[in-house]
Amino acid sequence: MISRWAEGLTSEEATGTGPLVGVVALQGACLEHVRALRACGARVRPVRRPSDLEGLVGLVIPGGESTVIGRLMGETGLLGPVKEAATGRTGGAGGLAILGTCAGLVLLAKEIAGEPSWIVPGSQPRLGLMDIQANRNAFGRQRESFEADLSVPALGEEPVRAVFIRAPFIEGAGEGVEKLAWFGDKLVLARQGRFLACAFHPELTGDLRLHKWWLGLVETMSPNYER
Amino acid sequence: MDQGTLTVKRGLAEMLKGGVIMDVTTPEQAVIAERAGAVAVMALERVPADIRSAGGVARMADPVIIRRIMEAVTIPVMAKARIGHFMEARILEELGADYIDESEVLTPADEQYHINKHEFAVPFVCGARNLGEALRRIAEGAAMVRTKGEPGTGNVVEAVRHLRAVNSEIRRVLAAGEEELTSLAKEWGAPYELLLLVKREGRLPVVNFSAGGIATPADAALMMQLGADGIFIGSGVFKSANPEARARAVVLATTNYNDPKVLAEVSGGLGEAMPGLEIGSIAPGARMQERGW
Repeated sequence: MISRWAEGLTSEEATGTGPLVGVVALQGACLEHVRALRACGARVRPVRRPSDLEGLVGLVIPGGESTVIGRLMGETGLLGPVKEAATGRTGGAGGLAILGTCAGLVLLAKEIAGEPSWIVPGSQPRLGLMDIQANRNAFGRQRESFEADLSVPALGEEPVRAVFIRAPFIEGAGEGVEKLAWFGDKLVLARQGRFLACAFHPELTGDLRLHKWWLGLVETMSPNYER
Repeated sequence: MDQGTLTVKRGLAEMLKGGVIMDVTTPEQAVIAERAGAVAVMALERVPADIRSAGGVARMADPVIIRRIMEAVTIPVMAKARIGHFMEARILEELGADYIDESEVLTPADEQYHINKHEFAVPFVCGARNLGEALRRIAEGAAMVRTKGEPGTGNVVEAVRHLRAVNSEIRRVLAAGEEELTSLAKEWGAPYELLLLVKREGRLPVVNFSAGGIATPADAALMMQLGADGIFIGSGVFKSANPEARARAVVLATTNYNDPKVLAEVSGGLGEAMPGLEIGSIAPGARMQERGW
């Protein structure tokens, strides 16, 4: 397929034994996550409507514009069902694991700083599942975007080449939030139970360690997962 | 820590995929665009339809306006520089524009050379009518491409022509043996190494949006169906009867381009679209798409 957007939407759940995970495919860098997860052996499904959540044990909210993805998740009716699946309030065991990168981090946060001026504070559609405050565009504009070697002990000794694009960082994190990586004094990777928030873009570098690690978490954290 | 790398520049375009980038001339319009769900705005002095009717020389927008637009919204703000005008580009970089459009909508400053975009930390998007033109711009450092169409016309025919041309040429590259690529490189004026990369990856090495004549939700869906990664809409929003509603409808049509039911719903009750122009009525010398090479 010539279009990298359309290919990110195609539903070719590869057969295999890996966990079945979804990538929210409404706007942003979907294809890159789909590819990285498939390369790790996962079965991957683009998620555009509530029925796409059926049977998933993990879900990625990709990078893109958080205002746009959040609003589209609201309008497609995804926001509620994802929240329910994540908190396990639905009939089944629940417990959807979620990885949010960049815009996805913003949507996972309970608090968001740097929302557009016209938004009533706190009213931006979001998942709000993690006890963190996300500061949007906190490193500056695009010319301040950067890549750097980042030490992420959870992923091993070798540093991660982390790509920050108009990235957010995590300002405040509540108890129960595991702080996994810092850039200088800024928290850029954090985990709270089944939820993982990442300020940078592991999907853009070809380094699969973070995706692999997350898939490992999915398997251990999700009661829905059957080996 | 490295800034302005190829990954960082191309990466921002990846984050815009599936979205709509709207031309705006004031902070108020920028807010309307952001509220409607635009992934970015393009700050410029006049929309292409007004540039076309005003005539004269079209230049980079006033830095004061660009700053005010950047203050008004949180989404990325792009701005246009004239083809070859690397000092307008330097000024836009200094202002903090998130992407520079080296654009044929403005009057070219150099008829021989485009900007050497590798020298900038800020990424560039450039127009193209075919694969050769797209790859020449990428060779110069463009981190994103947009098929040109014919700006300010509200007529989607040229946008279709250019996207179809790029795609059919990519398919030709895929079918060609490697030994044929040097001939294609010569025929199209395309760098051989980039043709090789297209063959290996099966697509352009950068994100490609469609521009130039998109005026309705159906137009946006058509371009997405043809394989665009996203949509630029210029005059189509703010030269229409109801910019708020149309902007929103174009966003929804871009997201739901595969769903005729949604498209039928969002296409209705938008009021008059912008007035359209027959391409044949524009003198060949006045066609913006002919600018650049």
